[in-house]
Amino acid sequence: MRKHKFLGTKISPTKFNRSQLKYILIITPVAMFMLLPLIYIFNYAFKPLEEMFYYPPRFFVENFTLQNFVRLFSVTGTSGIPMSRYLFNSVIVTVLVLVTSVIISTLAGYALSKLNFKGKKLMNEINTLALMFVGIAVMIPRYLIIEKLGLIDNFFIHVLPYLAIPVGLFLVKQFVDQIPNELLDASRIDGATEFQIYTKIILPLIKPAIATTVILSFQSVWNSADTSITYINNDSLKTFAFYMNTLTTNTNGVAGQGMAAAASLIMFLPNLLIFIVMQSKVMDTMAHSGIK
Amino acid sequence: MSKSIAIKKLKKSKKTLQQQRTAYLFIFPYFLMFSIFIIIPVIIAIGLSLTYFDTVRQPFWVGFENYINILTNDEVFMQKVLPNTIKYAIIVGPGGYILSFLLAWMLAQLTPKLRTLYALIIYSPSLTSGITMAVLWKVIFAGDNSGYLNTILMKLGLIVEPIIYLQSQEFLLLIMIIVTLWSSMGVGFLAILAGILNVDTEMYEAGYIDGIKNKFQEVIYITIPSIKPQMLFGAVMAIVGTFASAGIGVALSGSNPTPQYAGQLIVNHIEYYGFNKFEMGYAAALSVLLLIGIYLLSRIAFKVFSSKDQ
Repeated sequence: MRKHKFLGTKISPTKFNRSQLKYILIITPVAMFMLLPLIYIFNYAFKPLEEMFYYPPRFFVENFTLQNFVRLFSVTGTSGIPMSRYLFNSVIVTVLVLVTSVIISTLAGYALSKLNFKGKKLMNEINTLALMFVGIAVMIPRYLIIEKLGLIDNFFIHVLPYLAIPVGLFLVKQFVDQIPNELLDASRIDGATEFQIYTKIILPLIKPAIATTVILSFQSVWNSADTSITYINNDSLKTFAFYMNTLTTNTNGVAGQGMAAAASLIMFLPNLLIFIVMQSKVMDTMAHSGIK
Repeated sequence: MSKSIAIKKLKKSKKTLQQQRTAYLFIFPYFLMFSIFIIIPVIIAIGLSLTYFDTVRQPFWVGFENYINILTNDEVFMQKVLPNTIKYAIIVGPGGYILSFLLAWMLAQLTPKLRTLYALIIYSPSLTSGITMAVLWKVIFAGDNSGYLNTILMKLGLIVEPIIYLQSQEFLLLIMIIVTLWSSMGVGFLAILAGILNVDTEMYEAGYIDGIKNKFQEVIYITIPSIKPQMLFGAVMAIVGTFASAGIGVALSGSNPTPQYAGQLIVNHIEYYGFNKFEMGYAAALSVLLLIGIYLLSRIAFKVFSSKDQ
């Protein structure tokens, strides 16, 4: 009897049991609250203009329309730059950040985990310390440095600040730690260079950690309007997140809300899709995320 | 015989030297970016905080004057920014952290399919950026009849006149807290969930044999001690997330400073002094205080969840 009770409430049960009902009862309202704003975005993005003027306001869309998207794509900013240009910039910036940050964080993660060199312990400690770093606290010195380097209005300033993400490196390093040294030593005896070990053994084995870095980088760079606001004056070099930002701060009218919702949806969907595709890999990485 | 050992040693040391060189090469790109965008800015912030700098003239040395002014002369900081920041940080930081643990723990009690679905829903708001979503919250909390909250409350007869939430001294901070909590179930939440799911089930069985009687004891004596490293990671992420998301008040109210400083947090204060008043030295001193504050809070987390001294 006792044993049955225990099995029914164990962690990650395989079967449904009445005892789980109480948790579902608590979690469901929380999940509803989390979901509500996202449902709203979906509905507003597809709402025709007339429905937005309804009083009292209605939450759900009645007649689906792509009006908002059409207007979003045809409208040009005050400076005459079409929205597609911003979207294009964002895609380029995001791809550059993802590829480069994966390469540099996996190279560094491998070295910090498996190679012996002077200062290794110190570097690992500095990176753990850097987990506590908050970028916006040093926005002013950052601006001064970027100005000194002559990178104001340079397209690559969208990319560079997102290449060193301490959390990403930390997760990669923790994941590389799980790979047995014997495996690497065996290839070294066979004459493999460190770079070959990195490409042939490490990279294939740490795919989950790579997926996680991709998601973290994607989130921070795709969503960020900061670099466009702070370091770029030339409108044709700004990103979609920036455009989105002007759309939401400048449109107070009801008509603008539909466009803003459509733009929010374009911002949000890629995030969601990438996470859904990679979620099991992320959970795998997170299991090794602990700070000891 | 001894010669061959010597050669072997030489070969080995050559190998380690080579490995060392490769290691530096591998770390270099990361370390370069890390230096330019993290280490050097922190050093400059510390340096600037000891100067007066208006971006036009060269900065000149003022010693600790900026810090003294923050603590003794800055009424807005002492009466609004600091209390706001503390209130916001306590509810969003530890509050959000406890919430993410409770949610992760409850999710771990469910079957895998249901758990994945709920975890996805709870995690998804953190995929959005606060600023992007400000547009949506603006409609929900709109100050006129078109706002959802006003409509609902007026329908229920709880209020007669619409409330201008986002410009209100009473409500702005509260709304900022709700919005941030909404989007705070991020990486830390996933780490805790993954940690709980990976606790060896034999630990629980052993625990029950040893006399654990209920779920509460199970959490205190088995779950939390087993996932201390993930708890620590989650705590650091919660602290950092709290301060990193602090721009939300300005995004919601549409102005910096926020109306009557109702939602003014230290990050907004830094931005205001740096980019609106061009008092870079003063802003840098505020930044340094913020970084020290975050560091001290993280130290506490390290003390509580460290698994080193066991």
